[in-house]
Amino acid sequence: MVKESTIGSKIFDGLLLAILLLITALCLVPLIYTLAVSLSEKSAAAAGRVWLWPVGFNFNSYKQIMGDGAFFRSFLTSVQRVVLGGIISTGIGTLMAYPLSKSPRQFRLRNVFMWFLIFAMLFNGGLIPWYMTMKSLGLMDNIWALVLGGGLPVFHVILIINYFRNLPKEMEEAALVDGAGPWRMLWSVFVPLAVPVLATVLLFTIVYHWNEFFHGLVLMSRQDHYPLQTYIQQLVVIIDAANMTEDQYKRMNELSNQTLNSAKIFIAMIPVLVVYPFLQRFFIHGITLGSVKE
Amino acid sequence: MNNRSFSKHYYLMLLPGMVWLILISIVPMFGIVIAFQDFNPGAGFFRSAWIGLENFDYMFALSDIRSIFFNTVFIAVMKMAAHLVVPLVFALMLNELRLALIKRWIQTIVYLPHFLSWVILAGILLDIFSFSGPVNGLLKALGFEPVLFFANSTLFPFMVVASDVWKEFGFNTIIYLAALTGISPVLYEAAAIDGASRFRRLWHVTLPGITTTIVLLAVLSLGNVLNAGFDQIFNLYNPLVYSTGDIIDTWVYREGLLNLQYGLATAVGLLKSVVSFILIIISYALASRFANYRIF
Repeated sequence: MVKESTIGSKIFDGLLLAILLLITALCLVPLIYTLAVSLSEKSAAAAGRVWLWPVGFNFNSYKQIMGDGAFFRSFLTSVQRVVLGGIISTGIGTLMAYPLSKSPRQFRLRNVFMWFLIFAMLFNGGLIPWYMTMKSLGLMDNIWALVLGGGLPVFHVILIINYFRNLPKEMEEAALVDGAGPWRMLWSVFVPLAVPVLATVLLFTIVYHWNEFFHGLVLMSRQDHYPLQTYIQQLVVIIDAANMTEDQYKRMNELSNQTLNSAKIFIAMIPVLVVYPFLQRFFIHGITLGSVKE
Repeated sequence: MNNRSFSKHYYLMLLPGMVWLILISIVPMFGIVIAFQDFNPGAGFFRSAWIGLENFDYMFALSDIRSIFFNTVFIAVMKMAAHLVVPLVFALMLNELRLALIKRWIQTIVYLPHFLSWVILAGILLDIFSFSGPVNGLLKALGFEPVLFFANSTLFPFMVVASDVWKEFGFNTIIYLAALTGISPVLYEAAAIDGASRFRRLWHVTLPGITTTIVLLAVLSLGNVLNAGFDQIFNLYNPLVYSTGDIIDTWVYREGLLNLQYGLATAVGLLKSVVSFILIIISYALASRFANYRIF
């Protein structure tokens, strides 16, 4: 990059930094606010006196959550969903990506399968037919509804395919000469070489399963089957009351237990914050790989 | 190579994924027959009465329909434009920053909201913008009347667009930043030697260098014209803002799963799926023709 040191340029640099830092702070402020409210006194939070620092610092909300069975049940449901979903999606996706990374010369029906996948990714039957299908498959009120309900993540499969296709051909040829079959080839040659993309896909799947709330809402008929996001959605969502007035809307905000809800919201964020540093190491590469190729 | 014998194994590898795909994605496509039936869940797809296009006739006669289509397109198009421009400006600003360490920190922080769910962010935003929340506290302190941001039907669509930009702009800069690193430093040096100022370099080197990327992203976003963001609106809206905030997806959910109007809701959903599918195909065709884009 060209260096420049005129006074105008220096002022510009200072201004630029200030604006960028301000925008960046804007991304963090809501999260800090939530943490501050969760550690504040109830009355202070309700009166709107809490900004970015707790008022009347205490751990009451967190203590209360410790004894909340429903919260923990939902938390465990989400953990179970993330573990099963992460393993199954990434495993099946990798298995599928291998044959589809071959050329049509090596695997004759490759393009037929490929177009089938693309079609399934771009067109969908809509909410009601999906719901009816899930119902008739018995995918309701059990963990498998949550694990499988999103369907095969075709986009992730495509990411893995593209990565496999860009690996050096010499590796494969060498393994072939040494007598490796397709399973051996996938497991001992392709998977170890594709760790960056597999990690990206795994982390994306984990975040997806942790964050997804809608399947929990429509496929679980009982509240004690809800995953954590659905549980929280029930706390913060405005109840669908016909002919609602502005006063009722205000009242609903006032009646909610702000400090407790903020603590629950903050705990629900923690797993994402924990995987985020790992996620960040991989996703930039994964994203640019799948999107813009020049 | 002994391809013949490998193929058998290839099919085996595809099997679990294909079963999953067919059960959850393909079977529901046949379920769109519900749109042409007076569907009764007890009788199922096969024994429900056929009524032809009656659901569609009814749909086009409903006054709701015009407003949910309008709301959807209005919010979605505003989002498309904002998601194209805001990340571009931010990426250009970040690109001008010479402090590598701070640049990395900024990137790390602005990507974060993308990974948090709308349930969580809606919970936080509804609190911050509530009647007694900090934003209204600030307005009151400055002598303004408090505003019900998410319960005001005039403001609601703009609040939706703004909060979506806030959540996604950081993540959307990734592709621009990747494109910016692809511009050869030699071009900047040559421009500097020719006496080009920073702004002229931005205008004559940086922008032309990423035009392809900008056009490509614009074209690919076409498929989203009917996607106003279900997760977001579902968690932020309330009956007070149905007139401007209710979109196709939220309407289909309420009408179909809460009011049990299966046929009607499926018909509306089908219309959306078909239009979106056509738009995506057009956008991919344009992208592959003009920017040499390939999905695989």
